Amino acid sequence: MPHHWGMAVDLDRCTGCEACVVACHAENNIATVGDSEAARGRAMHWIRVERYWEGEFPEVKVKFRPVFCQQCDNAPCEPVCPTYASAHSEEGLNAQIYNRCIGTRYCANACTYNVRFFNFYPPAWEKPLHLQLNPDVSVREGGVMEKCTFCVQRINAAEVAAGMQKRTLMDGEIQPACVQSCTANALVFGDLNDPESAVSKLAESPRGTKLLEELGTKPKVTYLLKESWHESRGA
Amino acid sequence: MSRAAHNSLADDLLRPVLHSSRAFYITAAILGTIVLCGLSTWFYQIYYGIGVTGDNWPVFWGFHETNFVFWIGISHAGTLISAILRIVNATWRRPVTRCAEVITAFALMIGAMFPLIHLGRPWLAWWLIPYPSERGLWPNYRSPLVWDFFAINTYLLSSLLFLALPAIPDMALIRDRTKGWRRTLYGKLSLGWQGTPKQWHRLESAMHLMALAIIPIAVSVHTIVSFDFSMAVVPMWHSTIFGPYFVAGAIFSGIAALNIVMAVIRKLLHLEKYLQPVHFQNLGKLMLAMSLLWGYFVFNERLVTWYGNTTHEMTALWSTQMGRYSPLFWTMVFCNFILPFPLLTIKRLRSITSTVVASCGVVVGMWIERFLIIVPSLSYKSMPYSWGSYMPRWPEIVILASSFAAMGLLYLLFSKFIPIISIWEMKVGEHPEIQIAAQVQEAEAAGELT
Repeated sequence: MPHHWGMAVDLDRCTGCEACVVACHAENNIATVGDSEAARGRAMHWIRVERYWEGEFPEVKVKFRPVFCQQCDNAPCEPVCPTYASAHSEEGLNAQIYNRCIGTRYCANACTYNVRFFNFYPPAWEKPLHLQLNPDVSVREGGVMEKCTFCVQRINAAEVAAGMQKRTLMDGEIQPACVQSCTANALVFGDLNDPESAVSKLAESPRGTKLLEELGTKPKVTYLLKESWHESRGA
Repeated sequence: MSRAAHNSLADDLLRPVLHSSRAFYITAAILGTIVLCGLSTWFYQIYYGIGVTGDNWPVFWGFHETNFVFWIGISHAGTLISAILRIVNATWRRPVTRCAEVITAFALMIGAMFPLIHLGRPWLAWWLIPYPSERGLWPNYRSPLVWDFFAINTYLLSSLLFLALPAIPDMALIRDRTKGWRRTLYGKLSLGWQGTPKQWHRLESAMHLMALAIIPIAVSVHTIVSFDFSMAVVPMWHSTIFGPYFVAGAIFSGIAALNIVMAVIRKLLHLEKYLQPVHFQNLGKLMLAMSLLWGYFVFNERLVTWYGNTTHEMTALWSTQMGRYSPLFWTMVFCNFILPFPLLTIKRLRSITSTVVASCGVVVGMWIERFLIIVPSLSYKSMPYSWGSYMPRWPEIVILASSFAAMGLLYLLFSKFIPIISIWEMKVGEHPEIQIAAQVQEAEAAGELT
């Protein structure tokens, strides 16, 4: 059975430190667009930490929610792409094939989570960031859409290595950059087709919810909370 | 009517083709300059990237896509109206049909440019064409953008044919009346037209077939354009009313454009004798009907969303009713409904000028309508954290202005190429007995009367 990659995010653990955001930028060669472009709303963060307040000052409670591509099994971004640049992989990832992208931006409009990012200009890095590009990840051209891949380069490398050693992948063997850098262990990555994997068990947890599940997108990321949003609102 | 009167009609209508005034050259130069500015702005955008526009995260579509929907909408002026009027055999249509068909052809060409202009990598646009390629990949037939590609190309080809067919007798007339290069050129273009009963018969049946075929094509085109939006799970986009709503809006804005164009060429080319108040009055009535239909659709769309009261949609809805985009919304309601309604209903107010004023309002209003369909929904999608907004920047405004200039320029040049009012149709209209005689001849030829 092919792998079916998924993630779990424990919101009770997330400290909002944004190490995942930095790690993701470094791992995936994501351009830094600069102040003025960021002010135009063109910053590219494949993973972002959304910040919410509850209550009135000074009795404020802050909540964080890391949001990245939910790798939907019924993804709104995929059917709308005229050139198959946005396509479903065998292992359940919403792949973005940069070379096929002609830049209609339709996928980003269709995506209900707003986790797709467009290279409005050819990519650039503030010095000396341009010296640290990851050789395993292609740099995208201007006019091309990009998004979280669950660090597909790490998944592929681990699969190749396991294949060479004629063994199956172990749970936790693959860590996307965000998972690896999470000091609070709030992020768990793994195979949803393996019922024994940590992520499968968390996906079954009564603490689990999914983002905009009601739209029928079948997201593969589970968000865990002490009490569900529903209960906290009812109380 | 005597032969002399016939000749004067042909003289009148051929004059713009054969003689050009200084005003023509000046207007063409001004419009041409604006078009050139637009083209250079487009190259500027290609060179530097889509970043020169106001598009951003999460509003990835803005002016360019609004222009696309707007111009494809305007294109419904011609072919559809002219086809309907031909089928119901409305005799007053005769001086109007070609004016309308030309709008369709050029509005489609301009509208079809915008999907190219808005691309991040426009040099790869040809990947939408299905051909066995080295990539081993067809276009994605599930994508509404691919449906657009086919729908618009079908409509463009058929409306060009619909424009060219009834122009053949007029091109033959120019061939017969001129010497030199014009004779050669129009001789080739008129495809050996001699005006024999058989040729007339074939032309009539071809036009009849085309008129029947083009109505479903036109309806499907704007329905498919609406699918670009209604197929996505975006608040206020994912609506079942969009198909007919878009088609109604398209015909509405198309009639408005036709009124404006007719008023302009009436003055510029001195065609007051042919384009009379009755034409504006009849088209005004049609426009009023479409205004009511459009208003009905907007009312439905808004009421159902408001009553349904789902959180995702309410934010987008209120942003247009009371929020950031509400000044635009109420301007649109004024332009499309409040302004044209009295001007077109109250008999004392009805005139060519008032029809044109109402039409200008409708063109502006329908452009805003397209904008309000696209931008507020993208600004307020389902995740509140990623709400955003949009402001156009100068390249988009220049390109918008140049699209209007391109329409004017192409129209102007076309009026120098083929008489903008169909000469033979006018003649037939003034001589119903010609038509009857031709029918008798046809019937005789077919052996029905022997």
